[in-house]
Amino acid sequence: MEYLINLAILFGIYSMLALSLNMLIGMSGLVSLAQAAFYGIGAYATAIGMTTFGLGFFTTIILGIVVNAILAFVVGKILARFQGDYYAIVSAGLSIIVFSILQNWKTVTHGPLGIFGIGKPAIGSYTFYSNTAFLGLVVIFTIVLYALYQWINHSSFGRVLKALREDEKLAQSMGYKTKHFKSVIFVLSASLSGIAGAFFASYIAFIDPSSFQLKEGIFLFTIIIVGGLSSARGSVVGALILISLPEVLRFIGLPYETAAQLQQMIYGAMLLLMMIFKPQGLFGKYRM
Amino acid sequence: MMKKIKDILNFRKQQTVPVCDINPPSAYGSNIITIKDLTKQFMGIRAIDDLSVNIPQAMTIGLIGSNGSGKTTLVNILTGMLRPDAGEITVRDKKRSHIKANELRKYRIARTFQDGRLIEQISVVDNLLLSVAENDLVDSLKEVSIKDYQDRLEKVLEMTSLTEHRHKNAEELSYGLRKLLEIGRVLMQDADIYFFDEPFSGLFPEIVEQVCEIICGLQKQGKTIVIIEHNMGLIRRLCNYTIVLNHGKLLAEGNPEEVLQSKAVRESYLGV
Repeated sequence: MEYLINLAILFGIYSMLALSLNMLIGMSGLVSLAQAAFYGIGAYATAIGMTTFGLGFFTTIILGIVVNAILAFVVGKILARFQGDYYAIVSAGLSIIVFSILQNWKTVTHGPLGIFGIGKPAIGSYTFYSNTAFLGLVVIFTIVLYALYQWINHSSFGRVLKALREDEKLAQSMGYKTKHFKSVIFVLSASLSGIAGAFFASYIAFIDPSSFQLKEGIFLFTIIIVGGLSSARGSVVGALILISLPEVLRFIGLPYETAAQLQQMIYGAMLLLMMIFKPQGLFGKYRM
Repeated sequence: MMKKIKDILNFRKQQTVPVCDINPPSAYGSNIITIKDLTKQFMGIRAIDDLSVNIPQAMTIGLIGSNGSGKTTLVNILTGMLRPDAGEITVRDKKRSHIKANELRKYRIARTFQDGRLIEQISVVDNLLLSVAENDLVDSLKEVSIKDYQDRLEKVLEMTSLTEHRHKNAEELSYGLRKLLEIGRVLMQDADIYFFDEPFSGLFPEIVEQVCEIICGLQKQGKTIVIIEHNMGLIRRLCNYTIVLNHGKLLAEGNPEEVLQSKAVRESYLGV
């Protein structure tokens, strides 16, 4: 049972990440590979905030949101100059820069040694020590993010995002200052992925930079490609499939090294096959 | 089959009969757009060459000229799709060196595109709502209901025969319906100035008729309409003012009948 709860927590965290990324890529067509960077910043804000400054978990969530929002606002201004492939390449650059900072700013992040002893969330005198209680909290936040996604999707704001993913100039001709829309969705997406980072740090209790490399951003990209672009349901289903896959391989009984490599191959093959045969993903509404 | 051919032949006969009240006014009113010394070059070629021309208010203007004469370039400049190299544009007494695309709604300008630009992967309804929904960033986040636009939406869907296709994505529509959707999108805007870039190209006669009726409806509301069109029958039928461009310069302007009779126009454009 504990094993399933552990899986469910990871599934919830990755659902949050996929929802936040799908707002950006699926809804707005802005192919960002920087999500792992914002996920990492959220995780480090919680880790440093709780272990160094003794802040509460929820305070560190806000801290992570604020740091991510400021960084995303500044970076978003730069990214707004780019479109399509260039946007993806520049965002990948951001991911690499953030990883390098986490790896090398040892006085703050402890570099490759990482940060240990990250605490659990607490409300008043109640601390979410048990995994079941922690899962409850993750589920609540996932539902809130899901609802937020749906709200944006059905608002005029969401409609404009969908317009600019296909024809930004046309959207402008209908009176929309599209650069502002792009900037806001980038900030929102980055901030929300910071929440997932906070939960990850608190749940694992130890983080190091290796969890937030560019390949994590590509993994998140794979989740939404498989589940479906521009679909909240697709984000959750994609997370479920890709989080479950290593466990399925484990049950087959393959040696760890073989399973790990096979897993990467399967991720790659899934991404490739989906792009060729079902580019909108399982539940998606948009083809890139 | 024979009936269809008869229908088409009858339609061609009808085309000569005006459906709009297109008599040229005794005197042209004020100009809603004034263009002065406008120039736009592409790779050293002057698509618009020191052009000065006025768009009179509440008129239906046929913008004609041979391919490459600068018609679409001019409309693209006037709708913020292109930035001119030089010149001045005055819209409702406000002088500008160029118009920004996102200012069109402020100026109450709407347009269609020659190549039928739509947001392909969203529904017909969403394509229509895009042009009217809240364009302020914060307010657009709050706006999740379309009830404020429902009446106008239903009216436009009916006018453009898109009611039964309302939930389809734009990419699922036939060519004719796509053209109608684009026209529907500009109708939703309730603008004062409409630019139609070849709205009839490739359309079946029934749909041509439908588009003509829509344009006549706008004309009756006193809107300023600019139509780029190669079919002189349709220009005569719909327009009460004509602007002829040639190599980015103004060749002639005025009453369509007089302009189309002028020697310069016949030689350079009609080739007779």
